[in-house]
Amino acid sequence: MPDWTPPTQVNLVDLGFMDSRSKLIDLAAFLDRVQRAGQEGDFRVQALKNAIALLSQDQPQRAKDVLLSFSDPSSTPVEKAAMQGAIGAYKK
Amino acid sequence: MNYIEPHGHMVSRTTDDYERMAIAGCQAICEPAFWAGFDRASADGFYDYFRQITEYEPKRAAKFGIQHYSWLCINPKEAEDLALADDVIALIPQFIDKPGVLGIGEIGLNKNSRNELKIFEQHVQVAQDYDALVLIHTPHLEDKLKGTRLIVEALKNFPKIKPERVIIDHVEEHTIDHVLDHGFWAGITLYPESKCTPNRAIDMLEQRHAEQIWMNSACDWGISDPLAVPKTMQAMRQRGWTTEMIQRVAWDNPRKFMGQCEKFKL
Repeated sequence: MPDWTPPTQVNLVDLGFMDSRSKLIDLAAFLDRVQRAGQEGDFRVQALKNAIALLSQDQPQRAKDVLLSFSDPSSTPVEKAAMQGAIGAYKK
Repeated sequence: MNYIEPHGHMVSRTTDDYERMAIAGCQAICEPAFWAGFDRASADGFYDYFRQITEYEPKRAAKFGIQHYSWLCINPKEAEDLALADDVIALIPQFIDKPGVLGIGEIGLNKNSRNELKIFEQHVQVAQDYDALVLIHTPHLEDKLKGTRLIVEALKNFPKIKPERVIIDHVEEHTIDHVLDHGFWAGITLYPESKCTPNRAIDMLEQRHAEQIWMNSACDWGISDPLAVPKTMQAMRQRGWTTEMIQRVAWDNPRKFMGQCEKFKL
């Protein structure tokens, strides 16, 4: 768009570090909690661990790749909806 | 700063919410037809619901100086019942000419089933017949990517439906490019848990230079925040956005899209 005015540069680390730090520790504590409870075999926990591995990549498209990792990769409509809600991670 | 809430399910919200939104600068709310949280037993339930969003909610909003507009459809969660869906779609002509009705929505897919797709296409046909705007819901979470792709493919079978008259809502980082690159408008929904946070929304807006994108709270009966749009506008300020660019996203863009319907006057 020709009349796009980019934002003035601010310190995004100042703005977001504490929030991200908090969420990361919460994630770590969640993984500890489910492991202590013997529930780390749940496919959703495995999906989380697969997604966490994507955070180490170099390209700035981690959010997109994490979302793709949780997504149903198929392309054909299902015959009938078996449920109304969504789980958050595709069960292979 | 004034803003437009382009997607709010106000039948689920309290009068206090209307007041808080008005105080925050909301000038107009647009209410797509959606799932009530349970499956309705017959088309009679939808008849009453359509009356509620086209007749009653505009009056409730007006008490706070807010304009109220609406969209009509049967949502995809109830579309597995084809007979019910047919009966509800047959009601639409009775309501579509009402003063605040902008178009057909929020139609779309939920679990990406064949029946949902069939009902989606029937709705698009109605929109084409009435030359109406279209507001599309994309599925939740793991179903969103596939559903978005199916929706874009299905719309290719309706050559008279112009992409610039269609908004595909609830985009996230893995679907926004697919939507915008096909010429459609994209909606970003700001939810506390699922969908999108303010900072992620701003990231996407910056990546796409705020082109053909609106943001909404989609506030309903679930975990949602009717003030999500003004809170994101505040986050934009903190991230160095100019007043003009914030206004483009929160006001100019939704006004431009919905202004394609002559009934939208703001």
